[in-house]
Amino acid sequence: MSETYEILTIKSNEQAEGRFTRPSVAARTRQDRAARRAFFIITLLPVALIIIVAVALLIRAWPILSAYQLSDLLFSEVWKPGEGKFGFWPFILGTVWVTVVGVVLSVPACLLVSIYLAEYAHAATRTIAKPVLDLLAAIPPVVYGVWGLLAIVPFVDDVLAPLSDRWLGSISIFAVNQPTGFGILAGGIVLAVMIAPLIISVVYEVFSTVPNDLRHASLAVGATQWQTIRNIVLPQVMPGIIAAVVLGASRALGETIAVLMVVGNVPQIPTSIFDSAYPLPALIANNYGEMMSIPLYDAALLGAALVLLVVILIFNILSTMVLQRMLRRKWA
Amino acid sequence: MGMRKKHLQKRHLVELFMKTIMRVSFVIVAGALGLILWTIISRGLPALTWDMVTQVPKGGYYMGKEGGILNAIIGSAYLATGGTILAILLSLPIALYLKAYLGDSKWGGCVRLSLDVLWGIPSVVYGAFGFALMIVFGLRASLLAGIIVLALIELPIMTRAMDEVIRRMPEDLEHAALALGSTKFEVALRVVTRQMLPGIVTAVLLAFGRGIGDAASVLFTAGYTDRISTSLMRPTASLPLAVFFQLGSPYPEVQQRGYAAALILTIIVLAVSLGSRWLSARLNKYTVK
Repeated sequence: MSETYEILTIKSNEQAEGRFTRPSVAARTRQDRAARRAFFIITLLPVALIIIVAVALLIRAWPILSAYQLSDLLFSEVWKPGEGKFGFWPFILGTVWVTVVGVVLSVPACLLVSIYLAEYAHAATRTIAKPVLDLLAAIPPVVYGVWGLLAIVPFVDDVLAPLSDRWLGSISIFAVNQPTGFGILAGGIVLAVMIAPLIISVVYEVFSTVPNDLRHASLAVGATQWQTIRNIVLPQVMPGIIAAVVLGASRALGETIAVLMVVGNVPQIPTSIFDSAYPLPALIANNYGEMMSIPLYDAALLGAALVLLVVILIFNILSTMVLQRMLRRKWA
Repeated sequence: MGMRKKHLQKRHLVELFMKTIMRVSFVIVAGALGLILWTIISRGLPALTWDMVTQVPKGGYYMGKEGGILNAIIGSAYLATGGTILAILLSLPIALYLKAYLGDSKWGGCVRLSLDVLWGIPSVVYGAFGFALMIVFGLRASLLAGIIVLALIELPIMTRAMDEVIRRMPEDLEHAALALGSTKFEVALRVVTRQMLPGIVTAVLLAFGRGIGDAASVLFTAGYTDRISTSLMRPTASLPLAVFFQLGSPYPEVQQRGYAAALILTIIVLAVSLGSRWLSARLNKYTVK
C-alpha cells in the first residue's frame, strides 16, 4: 500500500515540477499568434492555386491565343499542327459526346440508387453500399481503362453494335459506321461507372437534408412512400440533384486515361455513338511528347488544357455553391 | 368505391415498380464493381509471376523477354508517399485553421469552395500545369516534379476529408480545453488532432490511394525509366504508366503483363481503402467518447 502511495506522490511531484517549467503565458500566446499567422498563409494556398494554375496555362498558351482568333481556334475543324492549323472543334465535340453519353447512362441509375439508399434501404443494405461505392471510387482510372478495353469494347463490338445496327440503324446517332467497338459508347459506359459513386454520394447527402417531419406528414395522410418522395422530397432537393449531375459531368469532361484507352482517338466530327472520337484530355495526354518539336504545338495543347479548365471551373463553382448552400441550410 | 380501389391499386403498383427498378439499379452498380474486379483478376492473375514483382525490366522486356515491374512499384511508392507527406504538411494546418479560427465564417466558406473546386480540376490539367512550370524553370521530368504535382492533386481531397471529420468534433472538448486556459493553437494540436486521429488517418489514406493511381499527372511530370529511381532529380517509373504503356504494346506477352500490373495496382489501392477502414476503427478506441 505504502509503495503505491510513494509512487503516486513521486508522480504528482514530477507533474508539479513539469507545470513550473512550462512556457509562460506570454510565450504561449506568442506561439499561438505565430501559428495563426503561418496557418493563415497556408490557407491562402487553395484560393491562390486556382488562380496560379489558370494564369500559368494562360501565359503558356498566349502565343497561340494571340496568333489566331479565339473563334477560329475553337470552331475550326482542321487539326494539322505541322501546317500550323489548330482547330479544336473535333476535340471539343468529342469531349461533349463522350460526356453526354456517360451522364445520360449514369444519372437515371444513380438517382434510383441514391433514392433507394436514402429512403428505402435497411441499415444492413447501407452498410454494404458504402464500401461498394468507396471501392468503385478508389479504383484508379487506368484500371477502369483496362476493364473498358477487356470487357466493354468487345461487348460494344459483339453485342450492342449488331443489336443497334439491326433495330436502330436508321437513326443516325445509333448508326454503326466504324464497327470496332472503340468509340463514344465504350467511353461513355466506362465514364458512367466512374462518375456513379460521386453522383450517388452527393445525391444521398442532399436527400438526408430533408427533415423527416415532412415525410411523416405526407405518409400520415395516406400517401405511399413513392408519392411522398415524388411530391414532397424531390421538389425540395431538385437544385441539389442538378448540382450533383453537373458535378458528375465536370468529372467526366476531364477524365483522361480511361477514356483515351477505349474511345478510338480519331479526330473527326462524330455523328453516332458508335463513332470514334478524340476528346480534349486525350489530345493533351497523347501528344505531350512531341509538342516541343513543332512551333506553337505546346501552346495549342496547353490552350486545350486551359479551355478544359475554364469549362470545368464554371461547372464546379456553380454546382459547389448550390451544394454548399443546400447542405448547410437550416430548417426552422 | 370502385374508382377509389382502382386508384389505390395503381399507386401501389407504381410503388412496387419503383422499388423494383431501384433494387435493380443498386444491383447493377454493385455488379459493375464485381465485373471490374472479376475482369482484372481473371485476366491479370494468369500473367502474374514472382518475377513481375521482384525484377526490373531486363533487355528485351518490352518484346516479351524476362523481367518485371519492380521499378514501377517502387517508383509509385516513392511518388505517392512523397506526395502524401507533402500534402499532409499543407492539409493539416488548413483543416485545423478552418476549425479553430474560421469556423463557418465567410472566408472559411471561401476556402472550402476553392478546395472543392480544386478537387474537381482533372489530373490532366494539373499535369499540363506542372509541365508548363517545368518549361519555365527548365526542369526535366523527375521524381520531385511528380511528387509536387501529386501533392497538389491530393491536397484538396485530404483537406476536405479532414475538414469533414474535424468539424464533427464535439464542441464540449474544445470548450473544456479553452476553459482550462489553452490557446487555440494548443487546442488544435493537442486536442483536435488527437481526438480526430482516426478521421485524419482515413483522409490521408484516401488521398494516398488517389495519388498512387493517378496516371495523367505523372505522365507529364515524372517520366518513365527502367531503373529504380535513386534521385529526386531523375525520372521515375510508376504503376499506372506501366499498365498504360504495356497495354499499348503490340506483343501479347507484354499486354498480359499490363493486365498483371493492373491487378497489382488494384490490389494495392483496395488494400489501402480497406486498411484505412480497419485502422480507423482500431484508432477509434483511443478517442474520448
